[in-house]
Amino acid sequence: MSWKLDSDRPIHTQLQEILQTQIASGALPPGSKMKSVRELATEAGVNPNTMQRAFAELERLNLIRTERTAGRFVTEDAARIAVAKDEIAMAQLELFRKKMKQLGFEKKEIVDFVRSKWEEEEDG
Amino acid sequence: MAELLRTEHLVKVYDNMSMPALDDITLTIPTGRIVGLLGPNGSGKTTLIKLINGLLQPTSGSVLIEGNRPGPVSKAVVSYLPDRFCLPGDRTAEELMQFYADFYADFDRERAETMLGSLQIERTARIKGLSKGTKEKLQLIMAMSRRARLYVLDEPIAGVDPAARDYILKTIISNYQPDASILLSTHLISDVENILDDVIFIRNGRILLCSSVEKIREEQGKSLDAYFREVFAC
Repeated sequence: MSWKLDSDRPIHTQLQEILQTQIASGALPPGSKMKSVRELATEAGVNPNTMQRAFAELERLNLIRTERTAGRFVTEDAARIAVAKDEIAMAQLELFRKKMKQLGFEKKEIVDFVRSKWEEEEDG
Repeated sequence: MAELLRTEHLVKVYDNMSMPALDDITLTIPTGRIVGLLGPNGSGKTTLIKLINGLLQPTSGSVLIEGNRPGPVSKAVVSYLPDRFCLPGDRTAEELMQFYADFYADFDRERAETMLGSLQIERTARIKGLSKGTKEKLQLIMAMSRRARLYVLDEPIAGVDPAARDYILKTIISNYQPDASILLSTHLISDVENILDDVIFIRNGRILLCSSVEKIREEQGKSLDAYFREVFAC
């Protein structure tokens, strides 16, 4: 797992985003056991309390659940994971749209642009 | 969270100095925190650390570690890394481990051996023959190998290379116990800022700011390193 962190944004939000993406993409499969807070904190080079905070947030979002003795697991709720995936994709789309708008693209032009570029790619 | 360290209205005035080195420092450190002590040169960081470790006596005010003044009881639970090298040069790392095991009931030999191995430090060579960086690593390994309640580290990574720095920081994270805390002073803010819970800024012997590091990122939208440069701009 790659932990690229910016120091100018709260670390716990970034950890949460990274883990959320891992869950949404299936890199952390549904029902799989999560590594411990300490292991992940050591991997990421962050404070264990910060990792704990990211875990608590994922738990609140029902993306992971804690079993008192066995540890933490990724949710098996496929619908919940699909929603998470959708949210991340929407956020990316929003970023893209903003950037394109800055360049002067209108909504329809953006769609046309994406379609034509992708068709070119497929043809090429 | 229990209270591990408390200082109250701590003042230190050195002889022949008109300005106090520390002026009215009141702070507490609970268990389970990694706290950075940051400030420019001469701001009082080392003075505060020496007072916590009983190497200096306060002019007024008090330092309490789990309710005890600095002394044999506090030293049994505080692991201190001084800002200068102070290991016996004629001994070897092997002998040093024996020495630590005799002196400190909380010394964990296995932990020390693991770290010596990872950083490839010669255990049977005389310490004075080791390079400057290796000596610093050795001294830090000894400090981190105690299962202490409070680690007080004065510039722990200043003299070691970046790869060893990463290893040392990871060691700090993986050995970290929820009932212990770490107070560390450093100038290398960007290297340590992701592992800190809290930060104390001091200037001219006074506390300028005590805050959670995440709160600074949230409120200032910048890294601790950038914020430090802004606050202490010359």
